[in-house]
Amino acid sequence: MDTTRRDFLKAAGFTVVSAGSVVSAFAGASSSEVSGGDVARWAMVVDLKRCQREAGCDKCWRACHTAHNVPDLDDPRHEIKWIWKAPFEHIFPGQVGEYGDLRRKELPAVVMCNHCDNPPCVKVCPTRATFRRDDGVVVMDPHRCIGCRYCIVGCPYGSRSFNFVDPWPDRKPPNMDYPTRMRGVVEKCTFCPERIVKGEVPYCVEACDKAGIGALTFGDISDPGSSVRKLVQSADRVVLRRKPELGTRPQVYYLV
Amino acid sequence: MLDKALKGSPRYWSWLAFLSVFILVGVGLFVFVQLREGLGRTTGLQRDVPWGFYIAQLTFLVGVAASAVMVVLPYYLHDYKAFGRLCVLGEFLAISALTMCLLFVLVDLGQPMRGLNIFLHPQPRSMLFWDSVVIFGYFFINAIVAWMTFKSERAGVAPPAWVKPIIYLSIPWAVSIHTVTAWLYCGLGGRPFWLTAILAPRFLASAFASGPSLLILLCLLVRKYTSFDPGKEAIRKLSHIVTYAMLLNIFFVIMEVFTAAYSGIPEHMHHFQYLFFGFEGVNNLVPWMWTSALLAIVALVLLLVPKFRNQESFLVVAAVCVIASIWIDKGMGMVVTGFVPSPLGTVPEYTPAFSEVMITVGVYAIGAMLLTLFYKIATEVRAERHLYQRPESTNV
Repeated sequence: MDTTRRDFLKAAGFTVVSAGSVVSAFAGASSSEVSGGDVARWAMVVDLKRCQREAGCDKCWRACHTAHNVPDLDDPRHEIKWIWKAPFEHIFPGQVGEYGDLRRKELPAVVMCNHCDNPPCVKVCPTRATFRRDDGVVVMDPHRCIGCRYCIVGCPYGSRSFNFVDPWPDRKPPNMDYPTRMRGVVEKCTFCPERIVKGEVPYCVEACDKAGIGALTFGDISDPGSSVRKLVQSADRVVLRRKPELGTRPQVYYLV
Repeated sequence: MLDKALKGSPRYWSWLAFLSVFILVGVGLFVFVQLREGLGRTTGLQRDVPWGFYIAQLTFLVGVAASAVMVVLPYYLHDYKAFGRLCVLGEFLAISALTMCLLFVLVDLGQPMRGLNIFLHPQPRSMLFWDSVVIFGYFFINAIVAWMTFKSERAGVAPPAWVKPIIYLSIPWAVSIHTVTAWLYCGLGGRPFWLTAILAPRFLASAFASGPSLLILLCLLVRKYTSFDPGKEAIRKLSHIVTYAMLLNIFFVIMEVFTAAYSGIPEHMHHFQYLFFGFEGVNNLVPWMWTSALLAIVALVLLLVPKFRNQESFLVVAAVCVIASIWIDKGMGMVVTGFVPSPLGTVPEYTPAFSEVMITVGVYAIGAMLLTLFYKIATEVRAERHLYQRPESTNV
């Protein structure tokens, strides 16, 4: 009896998601698209050329942080960052040699959670507060998180933040439609599941497209026809992933 | 038996009162400041250094707890009778150390009230889950063994037969607690400083040097302030264990330094550079690490030369040097250096905050108080049965 009910709910949920995908197929205005089937594997491609050209641009992370109620804290030691810009040499240490283009070394580009296929943060979390969804998105349940910060220790990319202080002590968070987190738990980029389910691309991608930069492409990389898939297979560009030697299989790709 | 802890000299009570002051300060800061404010302003922890002083103490104290095996093993497996009287002291030390370990995990959590989620929603792939399991397990094993053997000793009978397998279990379990604590660190691809197979052996070596050193000091204190004498032979043997373990520990450290320095791989080398020379101007740990190295050398000289080692005053100095050296090296040196430089190449500086230090002192005071109560009971009960059967005869 119980099983039947669960199966029904599963089927119902699946129908809703598929319906969302159909809607998205028509909504896809940019090169990014959200139209995954039941085996979607969401991924992001960052075009470094386009991103680095706009060194002073802050559109992507501002859009993300405002929508997700990520606080802007004064003390850099307690910063919460879902997506941010870091110098190239921090993203890919040791890639530019001493005779290389030193300017490129300094140029910032966007970094975020890599939504690894083999995420160390998920492995180390003692309470399964962070987990990988079937579509590859690595998310957090902030209500189960005990704040041990082992995931921060385990993440090789520095992509996770801990709420060292109360994020919204006496100010109203900017987006009342999105939950805030409390002091003492970890958070990170989520690839915007709340938007994927509606057939929309993540906030950062939307903001980048709106600004006419088009450095970010999001989509289902398991779909051979998707633009992210085509970009990572592009013949004329080198495609990098951060620290591939660690076997984490990041799903954020960088076009050099 | 417990009533023994309720009667004592003014010195006993003033020592307990002294410890209570630090416990109250620590508990007060934890409950009224850290719990309310969060870990941000009350500790030196930060985005790039998520673990610090608390976890450093945890690592050091797991070693102290594991070292009880160094008296249990010779006594129960090799029938080494001189350790007969020491076993219960070692087990009580382990229980106190484990209590402190659990408290250090608790005060380090961002949401301590949710701590039990580790057992309610366990993740068997997480080493922190396993570390909690083995630490709790070792706690109960030692509590059962210490209580049963001690109760039997008091009654002048052999402990019940079912205790024996638990005692044997405690031996590999002691090794496991420190191995799993090392695995907490050494299985993380993103932290090259810890990514070394020798971390667990090194942890065990430093544990078997620092734990027995502490036991030597405690034995001498017990002998000085009570009528209970652990015996010269036992202390001499402990000093041998410390000597070998410290040699191994230093050997393992040299292995690590060589591999990092000779290979020259930046992400391995940078951490050692930070540790001993400072990195990009960040050098808080440098004086501490050289102090640790110096203390290790002094300890080694005092331990290796029999003339010094066999003289109690020198042995005390050596034991203090071993403990201090390992406390620095295995605590802050081991934990904080893993984060500097960070995976993104930034070089954070970490200094424990005042309240962090005082909460740590408070936890140590709780451990010291537990240890005092346990040792009080143990020595009083034994004094009561003065010249009762020698404890050797209660060997299971």
